[in-house]
Amino acid sequence: MVSKFLELPQAIESYVKSGDLIAMEGFTHLIPFAAGHEIIRQKVKDLTAVRLTPDLIYDQMIGAGCIKKLIFSWGGNPGVGSLHRFRDAYQNGWPNKIEIEEHTHAGLTNRYVAGASGIGFAVLKGYSGSDLGEHTKNVSEVKSPFSDEVLTAVAAINPDVTILHAQQADKAGNVMMWGITGVAKEAVFAASKVIVTVEEVVEKFSPKFSSMIIPSNLIDAISVVPNGAWPSYASDFYERDNNQYIAWDEISKEREIFSKWLDDEIYSKSTAGKK
Amino acid sequence: MSENLNSTWTADEMMTIAAARTLKDGNTCFVGIGIPSTAAILAKSMQAPNLFLIYESGTVNTNPQKLPLSIGDGELANHALTVVSMPEIFNYWLQSGRIDVGFLGAAQIDKFANINTTFIGQTYDSPKVRLPGAGGATEIAASCKEVAIIIRQTTRTFVKQVDFITSMGFGEGPGSRAKNRLRGGGPSRVITDLGILEPDPETLELTMTYLHPGVDIDQAIENTGWELKVSPNLKTTKAPEQSELEKVRALVSTSDK
Repeated sequence: MVSKFLELPQAIESYVKSGDLIAMEGFTHLIPFAAGHEIIRQKVKDLTAVRLTPDLIYDQMIGAGCIKKLIFSWGGNPGVGSLHRFRDAYQNGWPNKIEIEEHTHAGLTNRYVAGASGIGFAVLKGYSGSDLGEHTKNVSEVKSPFSDEVLTAVAAINPDVTILHAQQADKAGNVMMWGITGVAKEAVFAASKVIVTVEEVVEKFSPKFSSMIIPSNLIDAISVVPNGAWPSYASDFYERDNNQYIAWDEISKEREIFSKWLDDEIYSKSTAGKK
Repeated sequence: MSENLNSTWTADEMMTIAAARTLKDGNTCFVGIGIPSTAAILAKSMQAPNLFLIYESGTVNTNPQKLPLSIGDGELANHALTVVSMPEIFNYWLQSGRIDVGFLGAAQIDKFANINTTFIGQTYDSPKVRLPGAGGATEIAASCKEVAIIIRQTTRTFVKQVDFITSMGFGEGPGSRAKNRLRGGGPSRVITDLGILEPDPETLELTMTYLHPGVDIDQAIENTGWELKVSPNLKTTKAPEQSELEKVRALVSTSDK
């Protein structure tokens, strides 16, 4: 299998189905916003959506009615406050009720590690002493076969599709990202299908600080979407648009204002990324 | 933080400076965003230039020149020795016991320094106020050799019982951490805008050991939601030096917000 270059709408249509378990990763950095907006545009429904930090991208998809269950470990608007669309769905069922499965970063990270490794669960020392364990499925305990050590076990997570944004692809369909990569590698290896949006295509990669390569045989589709991570940032391309994160607090607070934003900024626009 | 007079300071400035002073040069510190992060970065310009800062986003030995707005800010990556994956951060750095100090904030804290960042009021399934949740805090509180918590002291934050234990301090008292198999030593101090609390060596209950200059003990008692224990050797925090105030103000002025 070798990755194919597709237009974003075609990539989403080909690989994202209603009812899928979807992972869209990117820890503050390289968040695949353009792909999220295309999923909203295509009116994909009933997704179980996993992401360490749901952030604005899942708040938008929740408000648009794409998500039925959220698996996460930190659910806020970083540096600003709450995710209002998430709260409205969770507490009031608008536009639909959503179920949550809440973890710690260490726990959810290890769910991806198990998924990437092709085994049923991972072990860690985690959740101990927290009330979270009582409320969260897919967390248990396991005794070491070698000693008296008792550890936390977390079930593997294997997304139907993982979507990432990266800085570059080469012409052969390999992808390179650098800077903060979070759980990107684990989310790729854990998934059945992988879509990556990129800022640009280059002839040949040149070395970058703390870079990571995703070989083309791990990727199904690559879409070239400049500014595809906006309003998050892409290191060496553009900075985080902090004003958008602050503005989101107001846009997302009321259903009417949010619905107008959805019409104006998503449904009535066909191409992705910042204009 | 609008105070500009040389001889005075704001409560937040005092809290940040007091927290920064507790960090030892050469220590490895796992940092939460907000005031803990400000204090840790400040410490690098004071007594701890070689403080080894780690953020959960994967930035290792970072030396930010301005305040990061979020935990995955480019400023943290651009000034890091290296940037690693989150499995490396949580499994290899944190879980293995390599971190000296965890520096955390909280929404609520109780007398055994258990902290809540999950929800306030009513129930988990139907909260009055939903907060972001655990992030890295649960395992930071569990696994660091010691933990410092930086939080403003009011009856809303210093509560008799937290609505949810997101991250364990000393649980129900002596024995709780061992029972929960927590590797690290737990909270060593809580730094507030009024003073500093440390766990009693025997009961592990938070005890007021320092008051900041100009704060009296009644103020601390009134702003605590439980019957506050006060050390018989209650001391006064050293007032901020001019150089400390200049540094904290310069740092805060770099914030984008």
